[in-house]
Amino acid sequence: MITKEKPLISERRKFFTNMAHNTGLGVMGGLLWAGFADKAKSSPLTLRPPGALDEEDFLRVCIKCGLCAEACVNRPSNINKETGKPRPSTLQMAKAKDEVTIGTPFFKPLDTPCYMCEDIPCTVVCPTGALDLASVTNLIGELDFKMMKMGIAVVEPNACIAFWGIQCDACYRACPLMNEAITLQYDRNERTGKHAFLKPVINMNVCTGCGLCEQACVTEKPAIFIRPREIALGKPGDHYVKGWDSKDQERVANQSGKDVTTKTERSEQGASDYLNEGVDFD
Amino acid sequence: MTLLFLYFSANAYGWKILSGTLSSSSVFGVMPLSDPFAVLQMIFAGAVLSFDVILGAMIIVFFYGVIGGRAFCSWVCPVNMVTDGANWLRRKLYMDQIEKKVWISRDIRYYMIVLALIVSSISGMAAFEIISPITILNRGVIFGFGAGAGLLIAIFLFDLFVLRNGWCGHICPLGGVHAMIGKYSLLRVKHNSENCTLCMKCKDICPERQVLNMIGKRSEVVSMAACTNCGRCVDVCDDDALGFHIRNYLNL
Repeated sequence: MITKEKPLISERRKFFTNMAHNTGLGVMGGLLWAGFADKAKSSPLTLRPPGALDEEDFLRVCIKCGLCAEACVNRPSNINKETGKPRPSTLQMAKAKDEVTIGTPFFKPLDTPCYMCEDIPCTVVCPTGALDLASVTNLIGELDFKMMKMGIAVVEPNACIAFWGIQCDACYRACPLMNEAITLQYDRNERTGKHAFLKPVINMNVCTGCGLCEQACVTEKPAIFIRPREIALGKPGDHYVKGWDSKDQERVANQSGKDVTTKTERSEQGASDYLNEGVDFD
Repeated sequence: MTLLFLYFSANAYGWKILSGTLSSSSVFGVMPLSDPFAVLQMIFAGAVLSFDVILGAMIIVFFYGVIGGRAFCSWVCPVNMVTDGANWLRRKLYMDQIEKKVWISRDIRYYMIVLALIVSSISGMAAFEIISPITILNRGVIFGFGAGAGLLIAIFLFDLFVLRNGWCGHICPLGGVHAMIGKYSLLRVKHNSENCTLCMKCKDICPERQVLNMIGKRSEVVSMAACTNCGRCVDVCDDDALGFHIRNYLNL
């Protein structure tokens, strides 16, 4: 009988193999976990409660406690006057299938828009500062719901019937900051020659992104909708100046321009040198 | 259970006794409480936190550290009800006698803590909080359940069919954190081996069996950090050999 002896493993080798085993498992788990975290973070179209920090910082600081959502549903103004019962909360805490980082507060204007309470109960109650009270406090230290920046309304002109020439000012009328956040621009309708387009125009400095317009929109799928500001807004850059706007002029007047010297291979030479390069003057 | 009901009613009826969730809450609208592990992860994720949450976490650490021990796990945590359910069914089905034994180290939870903190700092958000069944169940009760309920069923099945006390006793990093916080707490179970008849009912019921290593051998307090102060061993003991006790550091 030949019995195969098990190779002896020294304590030392055992230790190193064990360590490699555990490290490997840890790295594997960590990578899976980090991958999941990255995916869980990517919810760029999410609308956050008033005063929320930038999405990146918000996810870092929000402890997912739900105090804001509770303050939202329990606010004194949230009583349905006919039934005497509280209406659904604007703020929801994200569940696994909401495509929003789980446990974080968000709202869907089409379901329930933000009614912009004057006392902003959701922001006040936040324990971590993920909802920043300073961002909705004005210079004299009062809460100011007009300073909320939850998102911005975007008009989709192809679907908006006002752009077709049909008279509709549903969004304009629904806006809590009527004639400030949405104004109507009267344009001549060349097609008929005698009517006007009443086109809704969003003022990006005033619109809070509450979503009452989106809910009021009469089209089958709303032609005006709320998007996060960093997604919906462009940025022309500081060097474009509205020459017709005295305020914008002031902005430039106070700016101390820095002299910028561009250095390239060509700038090393004088203009007459490189312009004449390769030209045969006989 | 009471706590969970208070949280639920805070949302449903606007009571102010206990609002928020176990991650962070406020008592009577005044005293902040927050989950120290979540706060730690957030700090690792690079968050600058307000004083309220840090104070809240310190209150919790102080309470469990001085008095309660790991009582969070057995008396507060909602997942404990799920895993207790699994354990109960396990006993009814005599699973322990039938199944293949799977062995996992009970120290995994401590590695999970380290891993959670590393992943938090990489991903820039509290890593355990996005997968934590504790917060999912907690929010589920308060705000309504979503697809996350699947995770709780998974944990129930894991504890039932794979490993006894698999989640709470092996993997859960929050349990690990509370074990570390409560290691030196005053409230402890004490064993009196003179009364012990070695029936081993206590070891059968205990979710962290290893802490009862002195049963029938030495009269001493259960000093291991993993003990959750659940008091089940005290309940099942017919011989008055186990009881709660204030640990006396001056004269052991």
